[in-house]
Amino acid sequence: MVTQRIDHKWGMVVDLDRCTGCQACVVACQAENNIPINTKEYFQQRRAYEWIRIERYWEGEFPNVKAKFIPILCQHCENAPCEPVCPVFATYHNDEGLNVQVYNRCVGTRYCSVNCPYTVRFFNYWEPQWPDRLRNQLNPDVTVRSRGIMEKCSFCVQRLRRGEVNVERRGLDTLTGQSIPVAERKLNHRQMKEGNYLPSCVQACPTSALQFADQHDETGPVKSYFDEANGHIETREAGGHVNEEETRVYRLFEEVGTKPNLIYLKKVEPFPVEKA
Amino acid sequence: MQEGTPLQSRQINRELLVSILNSPKWFWMAVGILGLIVLFAMGTAGLMINKGMGVTGLNRPVMWGFFITNFVFWIGISHAGVMLSAILRLSKAEWRRPATRAAEILTVFSLMTAMMMPLIHTGRPWRLVYWIYTVPFVPYDYARGIWPNVRSPLVWDPSAVYTYLTSSILFVIIALIPDFAVLRDRTTGISNKIYGMLAMGWQGNPRQWKLQIIAGVLLSALILPVFVSVHSIVSWDFGMAVSVKSWHSTIFAPYFVVGAVHSGVSAVAFVLIILRYIYGWQNYIRHEHIDALARLLIVVATGWFYFLVMEIVFGFYGREADEIAVRNLQFMITPWNIWMMIFVGVTYFLPVAIWLSRSARRNLWIMSLACISVNVGMWLERFLIIVPGLARKQLLTFDWYTYTPSAVEWIIVGATFAMVSMLMLVIARVVPLIPLYDIKEGEILRTEIKIGRVSVPATFRED
Repeated sequence: MVTQRIDHKWGMVVDLDRCTGCQACVVACQAENNIPINTKEYFQQRRAYEWIRIERYWEGEFPNVKAKFIPILCQHCENAPCEPVCPVFATYHNDEGLNVQVYNRCVGTRYCSVNCPYTVRFFNYWEPQWPDRLRNQLNPDVTVRSRGIMEKCSFCVQRLRRGEVNVERRGLDTLTGQSIPVAERKLNHRQMKEGNYLPSCVQACPTSALQFADQHDETGPVKSYFDEANGHIETREAGGHVNEEETRVYRLFEEVGTKPNLIYLKKVEPFPVEKA
Repeated sequence: MQEGTPLQSRQINRELLVSILNSPKWFWMAVGILGLIVLFAMGTAGLMINKGMGVTGLNRPVMWGFFITNFVFWIGISHAGVMLSAILRLSKAEWRRPATRAAEILTVFSLMTAMMMPLIHTGRPWRLVYWIYTVPFVPYDYARGIWPNVRSPLVWDPSAVYTYLTSSILFVIIALIPDFAVLRDRTTGISNKIYGMLAMGWQGNPRQWKLQIIAGVLLSALILPVFVSVHSIVSWDFGMAVSVKSWHSTIFAPYFVVGAVHSGVSAVAFVLIILRYIYGWQNYIRHEHIDALARLLIVVATGWFYFLVMEIVFGFYGREADEIAVRNLQFMITPWNIWMMIFVGVTYFLPVAIWLSRSARRNLWIMSLACISVNVGMWLERFLIIVPGLARKQLLTFDWYTYTPSAVEWIIVGATFAMVSMLMLVIARVVPLIPLYDIKEGEILRTEIKIGRVSVPATFRED
């Protein structure tokens, strides 16, 4: 019998009602993941690297205008369109429900990016460069990607790995500092606590708009939302109807059938913009 | 359908080998200029590989641009080979005879050129061994259990194209054996030795002829599935992309195949006109041949036009906002709408209007114009499918963008045309681009039938 060493399914919930568009997550991600500095030129050429980006949409006509923000990052889809199209298996799904990118294998056909409905895959058009004074701020846990390959949000897989090493190898409960009994050094949501795996964007979010946890964790912040969203999928597949007015839970581009591991909660509008 | 005067074998040999046995002054100059263009473009490609893909105009939503457009275009050109040599051979169209070899050789060279495009457009071409596992003597990295992903259209694609390339090369070589023997008998020195080897001991005895004919017919039949598969698979590079709304369409495979035949046959007609002009092959590439190609093209073009209209109709039929956004870009927003109008005009309305008139079909200048305009249009077609589809991929309007090709892309794309021309010129120096034995066979089969008081040229065959 094959025993599964890893018993996880990560998920993130983005509460759009809480998002203020402050871009703290963008900066945190940039610092954590060794992402090159985005110059003005990169933005103008639409080649900026933003593993998580805040998209800003205007609603209404001037002067009745409201800005709306939506953070978009890799959705770590269950049926990821990027995975089957890679000719060299540089992107695949791992045991933890993550869509991972293997930089070494990537040849840079860019097909995955073409086939990503969320446009969250970033191609290294140039060799990445940092100013000299930033040389020593690179995160040693994260690869510096060379030119010619794809990169994208990894749910800060290096932090997940560090948490796993803490639990499985070192037997250290990072929240309390206590040692974990050997029999309980298992990679499940009871041992993996928030303290040792939070992605940097979640950690940086001042309004807790981003929540990240194991989807099976009853005490975690995301399980109820994932249960609701999966219920919607089941209802729809059974031919039923989901009343969008009554639920805040939705997934981005659900109709493409990608089944993302990332859920958005709709913005609650107490004062909706008057439609002209 | 046999116009012109009967030709003697001696005259056929003398006139068709003119491209090999004599080399005019302009020849080396033309090859030299084209070669310089190709070298320059190779240097540009080297710069691109050295600096990174940043030197192109590609950006985040539009990750594929000129190179992929050019790839699909050249694959399309290559479809003329199988159309003319296999299908017309099996359907016993007599007028195919002078066109077959030029078409097949154009196929081989355009496939080679086409395959270079996706290879240099990758970010790390030096890692291609992970992908192109078919390269001989290069060990594939299977020690870690990593094989190419057979679910990816980008693996189907090289498989189909290399199958086509292999069968086309075989086809060319088998058809060349009797002509190599003719050349062996007419050359001296080292070229005599080389042609002798290539002729593989051809004596022209009945058994050899039988084998050669069987091999040709067999290959024609075996190559037919490739005719459908190659461009279908190329179209699936796009059709399989679930996330790009305007690409994800079931009509793409037949649409691309018919479009490929349209551009390929036009290109062959143009090549034939050029050959007739530069080597003085008026007796072989006659007006009737160009005329027949043009009439074939009317049918192909109209079939293609049907798919074009259907593709647009299917796009609008769903009335989905994201699909409408692509169509809006294509039809309403400048400069895309101007390109769209030019594309439909030069691909269908202008050439078909020309081909409908018999006198225009027989005017080589007008025919050249029509054939070039078809190919300009078919290039634009691929561009207008690929780039607007990516620029308006999904409804995240924040990410919508456009695409402006850079000088590097222009140079490399332009040089592919120089490269195919150069290779065609060089091969014309080595092998006869019109099959000698095929023309002779046509002359033997040629006869005249008396109907009432007129005698009509006809072809007589027993089978």
